[in-house]
Amino acid sequence: MPPPRPKSAPDIARIWEWLDAVPDPEIPVISLVDLGIIRDVAWQGDRLVVTVTPTYSGCPATAVIRLDIETALRAQGIDKIEIQTRIAPPWTTDWLTEKGRVRLEEYGIAPPSPACGPTGDLTGSPAGRGAGRGAGEPARCPRCGGMELTRVSQFGSTPCKAHWRCQSCLEPFDYFKCI
Amino acid sequence: MADGPDQSPALLEFLLRMGDNTLILGHRVSEWCGKAPVLEEDIALANIALDLIGQTRMWLGLAAEVQGEILGEVQGDRKSADDLAFLRDAWQFRNVLLCEIPNGDFGQTLMRQFLFDAWHDCQLRQLAGSADDRVAAIAAKAAKEVTYHLDRSSGTVIGLGDGSPESHARMQTALDHLYPYVGELFLSDPVDDALSAAGIAPDPGALRPAYDATLTRVLGEATLVIPQASRARGGGRDGRMHTEHLGHLLTSMQWLQRAYPGATW
Repeated sequence: MPPPRPKSAPDIARIWEWLDAVPDPEIPVISLVDLGIIRDVAWQGDRLVVTVTPTYSGCPATAVIRLDIETALRAQGIDKIEIQTRIAPPWTTDWLTEKGRVRLEEYGIAPPSPACGPTGDLTGSPAGRGAGRGAGEPARCPRCGGMELTRVSQFGSTPCKAHWRCQSCLEPFDYFKCI
Repeated sequence: MADGPDQSPALLEFLLRMGDNTLILGHRVSEWCGKAPVLEEDIALANIALDLIGQTRMWLGLAAEVQGEILGEVQGDRKSADDLAFLRDAWQFRNVLLCEIPNGDFGQTLMRQFLFDAWHDCQLRQLAGSADDRVAAIAAKAAKEVTYHLDRSSGTVIGLGDGSPESHARMQTALDHLYPYVGELFLSDPVDDALSAAGIAPDPGALRPAYDATLTRVLGEATLVIPQASRARGGGRDGRMHTEHLGHLLTSMQWLQRAYPGATW
């Protein structure tokens, strides 16, 4: 039997609040909770288990994120922490919180369109999918609200973003692409 | 997994094939970092290389785990994905030859990427329904990323193929050069037979119709002509005979771990 959870241990709702104060290392206006990568927080005896689903397989921020979670929880006096990685089901931008979407747009990053994951049907034939389709697109320019938008590149400054331009204000902007 | 013959040795071989494909192609693509024709393309290539290396970590991580189980090693003695990537020699690699072919010009790099992505996309979609949950999970994750890779490589192949006379000629040359390596993606051996019988991985040949449909559509739009099929150039996925290019790639990729064993930073 593992040692029981100490009576003074903070409750789970409180821990979620603390995690919601940890910024994403690459897009610091949203929290790790907003990003939707924290899938579960649970006490196992006297040990706190945090389950994280990575965004992109090769995202260099993943190691930093683990460290940031540990640092934040240790600062609250929790010293037995285990961070588990869970890859199934895979992360999707549909897991971004509403608060996160609003903050992204205020920051100048167009939030992902909802429920437009390009691989919703994993058994489907790829033959019907053409260049440029299925990847979703920004609803409007995050700076001026313009609707005439052009995609510059499907890949942007981080793995999770694409690069677009507004035809009204002519400003380039990042789009948090659907996945 | 269901009862039946032990699939572990075949599974290990299969995982090395998946992980070595993404590792070697990922390294090749990363060679463009800082010198692609335009900034957006440089960033796109670096992002794709990063996805492929990330996928490698999952495939080779699982390969190391399965190898440890086969050898009955205790946790501390087991190899890691890094050991497999940096401490094996050329003949132990199981990537298809297509992945190790040098980059050539930008057009050839994107043609190689398209020919691989079109297969990778079919393969991962099938693997997402694998009888082995660990394989299915990695495939479902990777498939999302590869959708973007295929989207981009298709678009670029069409843009350059149906572009200027110069870009068209270069893309046709690239296709003629690379197409003989395509056949190896669909070869099968007893490893594939065992895994497809167990529902762990598809029979490679079964992917060919969907692959050919993608090629016909994209290359047709790119105004490029698919060369007459020649005998498949194989030897990579079974490690029988890699090209001389793989050794050169490894000297660069593995140099640090060979010179300073165990170095970390």
